[in-house]
Amino acid sequence: MSSLANEIFQCVLSGVSIGCIYALVALGFVLIFKATEVINFAQGEMMVLGAFIAYSLITFLKIPYWAAFLLTMVILGIFGMILERAILRPLIGEPVFAIVMLTIGLGICVRSGVSMVPKWGTDTYGFKTPFTDKALAFGEVVLAWEHLAVILMTSALIIGLVCFFRFTRIGVAMRATSQNQLAAVYMGVSVNRVFSLTWIISAALGGIGGVLLAPITFVHMNMGFIGLKAFPAAVLGGFGSIPGAIVGGLIIGLTESFSGVYLPVGWKDVAAYIILILVLIIRPEGLFGITEKKKV
Amino acid sequence: MAFFESQGISISFGGVTALRDVSFQVGRGEVFSIIGPNGAGKTTIFNCINRYYNPSEGSFLFKGKNITKVSPHVVPEMGIARTFQNIELFRNTTVIENLLLGRHRHRRSNFFTEAFFAPSVQRQEIRNREKAEEVIDFLDLQAYRDQVVANLPYGVQKTVELGRALTMDPELLLLDEPSSGMNMEEMEDLSFWISDIKEDLGITIILVEHNMRLVNDVSDRVLALNFGVTITEGTPGDVMKHPEVIEAYLGEEGVLSKG
Amino acid sequence: MRFLMKRNYYEDIRLFKFRSTFFWYLALVIGCFLIPLVLDDYLISQLTFICMYSIAAVGLMLLTGYTGQISLGHAAFFAIGSYTSAILAGKGVPFLVALPAAGAVAAVVGIFIGLPALRLTGLYLAIATMGFAFIVDEVLVRWESLTNGNMGMIVDPPSIGPLAFYTETSYYYLTFVFLILAVLAAKNILRSPTGRAMIAIRDSEVAAQAMGVSLPRYKTMAFAISAFFTGVAGSLYAHKLTFINPESFTILLSIELLAMVIIGGLGSIHGAIYGTIFVIFLPQLIIMTKDYLPRYIAEQTGLEAFLYGLMIILFILFEPMGIYGRWRKTKFYFEMFPLYKKDTFRREKKYSKAERH
Repeated sequence: MSSLANEIFQCVLSGVSIGCIYALVALGFVLIFKATEVINFAQGEMMVLGAFIAYSLITFLKIPYWAAFLLTMVILGIFGMILERAILRPLIGEPVFAIVMLTIGLGICVRSGVSMVPKWGTDTYGFKTPFTDKALAFGEVVLAWEHLAVILMTSALIIGLVCFFRFTRIGVAMRATSQNQLAAVYMGVSVNRVFSLTWIISAALGGIGGVLLAPITFVHMNMGFIGLKAFPAAVLGGFGSIPGAIVGGLIIGLTESFSGVYLPVGWKDVAAYIILILVLIIRPEGLFGITEKKKV
Repeated sequence: MAFFESQGISISFGGVTALRDVSFQVGRGEVFSIIGPNGAGKTTIFNCINRYYNPSEGSFLFKGKNITKVSPHVVPEMGIARTFQNIELFRNTTVIENLLLGRHRHRRSNFFTEAFFAPSVQRQEIRNREKAEEVIDFLDLQAYRDQVVANLPYGVQKTVELGRALTMDPELLLLDEPSSGMNMEEMEDLSFWISDIKEDLGITIILVEHNMRLVNDVSDRVLALNFGVTITEGTPGDVMKHPEVIEAYLGEEGVLSKG
Repeated sequence: MRFLMKRNYYEDIRLFKFRSTFFWYLALVIGCFLIPLVLDDYLISQLTFICMYSIAAVGLMLLTGYTGQISLGHAAFFAIGSYTSAILAGKGVPFLVALPAAGAVAAVVGIFIGLPALRLTGLYLAIATMGFAFIVDEVLVRWESLTNGNMGMIVDPPSIGPLAFYTETSYYYLTFVFLILAVLAAKNILRSPTGRAMIAIRDSEVAAQAMGVSLPRYKTMAFAISAFFTGVAGSLYAHKLTFINPESFTILLSIELLAMVIIGGLGSIHGAIYGTIFVIFLPQLIIMTKDYLPRYIAEQTGLEAFLYGLMIILFILFEPMGIYGRWRKTKFYFEMFPLYKKDTFRREKKYSKAERH
């Protein structure tokens, strides 16, 4: 393969893999938004927690990678459940704006909280994964296993989630609650349970995202800022749409990857936001979203 | 030239036709009622006039001008006021402030003079309050003048909604089910108010209503709709006796009981 | 309970409802003028910051508290104001011209943001403004010919005619005067048709349009006015710090401004100022209580941010009307004593999606 094609291929590969991370975070946003109409600004910080917990499990407790992966997921899920119980449930029915501010505050707390934990602090860490420094080679084309692993795991996750929402009653219940919480209660849907589950899944997704992201950006308290980039992804895909979040994430990831290589410096960082604003101007409901109008 | 005219208005949502080829004329100074069972499309007509929806066909003519495609805020500027079925009041402010908003279209100040609260702005404000007080007197809202709307009883809120439309000094008033949720006493008041609005204030009214007694009492002419299509049009007496209207409401031939 | 007897319409529209209110505010203003006599330079400097940020908070309050448009990107307007002032001052433009110019430039940018914002509601708008702020940030860093990029710009202290404002005290008086002007302007706008239109947009866009309020015009105007105030604040900031670079204007500043507005109490000008005082003094409070905290926690650098986030959470959970809300409730309690009903200020919960838009 020519070196230009190789370059493009590498761009695509890293773009898709970072896009998968964005997709995961965006998915977390979309899930919570679908069920509760809230945008969880702390989603990025769930990733930070996930990464740090995985780091501690692997480095201090010497737990093998895959076990740590699963354990992180579980711990984050529990964290999500506690969060929902303690601070989000009292706010059901409040203006959405208040809840959003709450999640912003939560994000700040988690990020600075992470810097205050004894072994964590403000330094940067890394840990060994089964994929570090390994690569697949096809002739001249080299695929870093790190990127591949992200792509494969994200795909598996998404398939799992789609099946969950399609084929289980909870999926329908979640959609019902997102339309009208009170009516859902009258229909026998345990709204509280739906909310808990939503936050558990979202938090777990964030945790997984963090673990997957750790080898790429390393573990430190500000790595959650990448979560902010997931907003354009979710908006691009359409905020209520699960396939949209994924497509959006991939597009943003690819755009960034290519801008990093082919555009002057600085464009990479704002590419995502320029897309965001363009989408909001041209088609605010995103690629797959639907507009809703108030009934008067 | 009719004061207000609807010509062949049609609109669909998804696959559902909400209105099909609805046409009617309203003369100046009359009370024109639109009746029909739920889902007939009555409120949809208002929403189209208000530019909340876009009709796919047809046009509205107000004093000869075509207002089918104008911006939503132009419609009130031309003198058409509207009340909402589900009360769209500004809940976090007081009654007087809600009413004052009705004076918005008479505003002559701009942002700069307002920032300095120039004498012209002050005079305008005083004049606004005079007008608002007239409406408060008309509707007997004195007791609620400075109370926050969210705390008021439903019937009072409906009255405030009417009041806000009146402060606009409109030429045409669109009332969307003003009597829903009201008790007998409030409904009698409403009946008198509508007559007064027509006679003393000279405002033309288009009324969407379910309550047949009210329609009978105040209307000059009535339009009956069902499933978005006109059934018949005429005086209240004629329309109420029309067999299709009775069928639409009661499902079979029978005497229409008192509303 | 005090009753307000109004004898003519003028009494309905004036700024101070009771004669006594006017005298209390006058006393407050005089007090603020005298206070530098008893404080040291550091505290005066803090007061100056409070005045400065209050102006920005008032601007944001007009947009978010009164018009209902959330902005997570106000740091951008602050930055634009700062840089405009810095650039103009560098070219020798006098301060009294540069300051409103800074506000005006910010307002123009505000209009550009307002226009696409017309199609966006609530949360989407918040995200869009956040994205906008990031873009502005990047522009400031990359446009080196104009802004010196990451190296920042140096700004001289301002002077109006023969008066030069080199000392803490003099600069405090300057910003305080501007704060008074800003509050007066805001109050005037709020009691006139524009202000009412803005509140109408917040409470019910549909009804506002039915009353003849042009949404595009007023939303854009709200953005422009808000940006103007924030730009002016930014200009004052630049002259105080005498050195600015893009790092002073990150998303954290946007969040801080929003926190000031929310903690203070949405929908009140008082709230903007209370919120600012709270947010600015929080670090001081932490420093003061550090001696009483266990050594391990006290020494953390992240403590301040953590408490800051915690405050936001606690306020939203327990006092959503903010500090001003708490003040109003307390005052009302004493006015109505002993007839105060516990649920007077109960929040109205809206469960249906259709109702919440």
